[in-house]
Amino acid sequence: MTSDFAALPIFLPLLAAPICVILSRFGKTAWVISMMVTWAVAAMCLFSFAEVYASGEPLKYHMGGWAPPIGIELHIDLLAASMLVLVSSIAAITMPYFFRSVNDEIAREQQPFFYAAFLMCLAGLLGIISTHDAFNLYVFLEISSLASYMLIAMGRDRRALAAAFQYLMLGTIGATMILIGIGFLYLTTGTLNMSDIATRIDVLAPNRAIIAAFAFFAIGLVMKVALFPLHVWLPNAYAYAPSAVSPFLAAVGTKVALYAVLRITYSVFGHEFSFGGMHLSLIFTALAVPAILIGSVVAIFETNLKRMLAFSSVAQVGYITLGIGLASQTGLSASLLQIFNHAMTKSALFLALGAMTLRLGSNVTVHNIRGLGKRMPLTAFAFVLAGLGLIGMPFTGGFVSKWYLMKATLDGGWWLLTILIAISSIFAVIYIWRVVEAMYFGRLSAQSETIREAPPSMLVPIWLLTFCVILLGFFGNEAVEISQRIADQLMPSPSLPDPFSFDPPILNGEMP
Amino acid sequence: MKDHIVLRVVAKFVLPFILLFGMYVQMHGEITPGGGFQSGVVIACAFILYGLIYGLHAAQRVFPRWLCLRLSALGLLLYAGVGVATLMNGGELLNYSVLADSQTSGQHLGIWLIELGVCLTVANVMVLIYYGFASHKMRIR
Amino acid sequence: MELMTHYPYWMAIVLMMTGFYTVMATSNLVKKLIGLSMFQTSVMLFYVSASKVKFGVAPVMTEGATVYSNPLPHVLMLTAIVVGLATLAVGLAIVVRIRGAYGTVEEDEIIALDRDQSSGGRNDE
Repeated sequence: MTSDFAALPIFLPLLAAPICVILSRFGKTAWVISMMVTWAVAAMCLFSFAEVYASGEPLKYHMGGWAPPIGIELHIDLLAASMLVLVSSIAAITMPYFFRSVNDEIAREQQPFFYAAFLMCLAGLLGIISTHDAFNLYVFLEISSLASYMLIAMGRDRRALAAAFQYLMLGTIGATMILIGIGFLYLTTGTLNMSDIATRIDVLAPNRAIIAAFAFFAIGLVMKVALFPLHVWLPNAYAYAPSAVSPFLAAVGTKVALYAVLRITYSVFGHEFSFGGMHLSLIFTALAVPAILIGSVVAIFETNLKRMLAFSSVAQVGYITLGIGLASQTGLSASLLQIFNHAMTKSALFLALGAMTLRLGSNVTVHNIRGLGKRMPLTAFAFVLAGLGLIGMPFTGGFVSKWYLMKATLDGGWWLLTILIAISSIFAVIYIWRVVEAMYFGRLSAQSETIREAPPSMLVPIWLLTFCVILLGFFGNEAVEISQRIADQLMPSPSLPDPFSFDPPILNGEMP
Repeated sequence: MKDHIVLRVVAKFVLPFILLFGMYVQMHGEITPGGGFQSGVVIACAFILYGLIYGLHAAQRVFPRWLCLRLSALGLLLYAGVGVATLMNGGELLNYSVLADSQTSGQHLGIWLIELGVCLTVANVMVLIYYGFASHKMRIR
Repeated sequence: MELMTHYPYWMAIVLMMTGFYTVMATSNLVKKLIGLSMFQTSVMLFYVSASKVKFGVAPVMTEGATVYSNPLPHVLMLTAIVVGLATLAVGLAIVVRIRGAYGTVEEDEIIALDRDQSSGGRNDE
């Protein structure tokens, strides 16, 4: 079925961004416009999700009236609808937070451009999720990436500039690799529509160009997802970005790239070819293990708390790719649950740190926050609860996702991986406990005596997101049911026969 | 570069032709290679040439920075406005056929308008980039 | 031999690898951006050279022509050129700000300055 609400979430922020620039003389107008737009977009995405969930049919929209495969199509199935809800609701919830945080950290003349860049980033991310055209994916990917380079470069610390430059270098190389992959796909199949490419690959003779296309896509997407060897841009970028930007980017930036991975491997290339023939299972599992270990261990030794959370993000992305790499339905639904859980916990944690940055006036380190548990009780308690969600305590969302992940690894017979997940959860306990200990059991320093609690415009988003984390823990059954429906749609068979074999890639039963 | 009389005279002579060529590329985008982006760059070249020869202050007197900002946003708004107009006329987003009576004239009008928006935005952004790099506002922190 | 008939693709690969090597090997930030631009340009060369159809004329309506080259990759590459330009512009803007904040555009000097700041400087990291 078709509905205008498929295209409007992308179009509305694109319409509002130049309005923010034109009205840039009036300071707070940009924030008001962004607030209205993000809430409208979140409402529309919720509506689309309700429609797709109730009917079981994906929403299709033909841009410009041209029918696919010639025209660009927007195709919103259950996976896309739930990702849309995730991205837009995190943007909408964190919008009130922007008011104080942006005012504090960014120069007054630059604020309207900050909001314009934020709206473009949001439009780009929503576009990546909705689109069903391969080249359109690249265009929206670049829109959101360019906007995020600009957002990160507006950070207060001068290291934000170096971080943004490094992110620009690596991100552009990754996106260009994806472009090469799209080029190979177009030149062999003659079309750009994703389902059309999938149909044509099925009947195509075995072809080295398609294998090359898959390889380029894999490298580019691994760069964007910040999986282990190509994760070097992530810690600096999230640590030195403005405090309002880190929650949003950390929560949804890599998640949307993970959505692109799922879309490309399952809907375009097909899961037998991707995980079996091209050994993506082996690669993802082999890369996820060091990602989890290195992310957690380095996070333990970091003193800058935002960098600590950024390394923890590297570890969480490792969990998600581990779930995807297992190539079974349980693994896939586990990684979907982990995507949702991680987005909410990480944004709540970053928001709490941003509130502390606002009150402290400088970057938050383990030494700075001593004793803040008494002066900022609500913020500190929200940090604790969200940290429990990150670790995976029962009754939080983290427990549901880690439980499912362990179930998936045990189903596949990988008991070593299960032990790894358990050990890394202990590491997470260590680095969260460091913060909790400093906040509650540390002695308050002299200049921190005058710190007040965070303002209500910041407390409400922090507590809303923390509440969502706890809610995910209590309503785990519904969440599991939705993720299992999505996994069922993407991957009809429960698991691949032998995803971890070393046989060369086979396409249509023959070698290329 | 104001002192070099040859550059000054030639620039003054050549500037209107650059602008004219930019307009030509914009309008003839359907028949010859051209369109919004290319013409925007050519038109911006005219303003940048003026700024290079006569100095940044003279260029900013002719084409002030606040005007560049507003016009570039206006170009994007024009493009998005065409999208809104197509939505209001009942078609899908950016379905130009519903803008006029027949399909061909609707497509013609729609594409012409969005190319105009693209040209506005690109020209102003190029001039803004030049203004940004040419002004000496860097402090060593 | 395949080398002669496929020479546009070989040229695209040479350009791509030159750009990639420039990004990795040099420590000057502006040179890195130039390498990145070369890298993106090679992809455009690849697409456009692959769109040429044998005996096809340029994809503009002319009388007497029956076979046209494929215009779709040209259109895709127009978008890619704009994206490359925007990336270059954002990158150069960041480099200008880095020059203002650090006083240098050499990457190893920037890393050294950052290290001095976080180890010997204030407690605030």
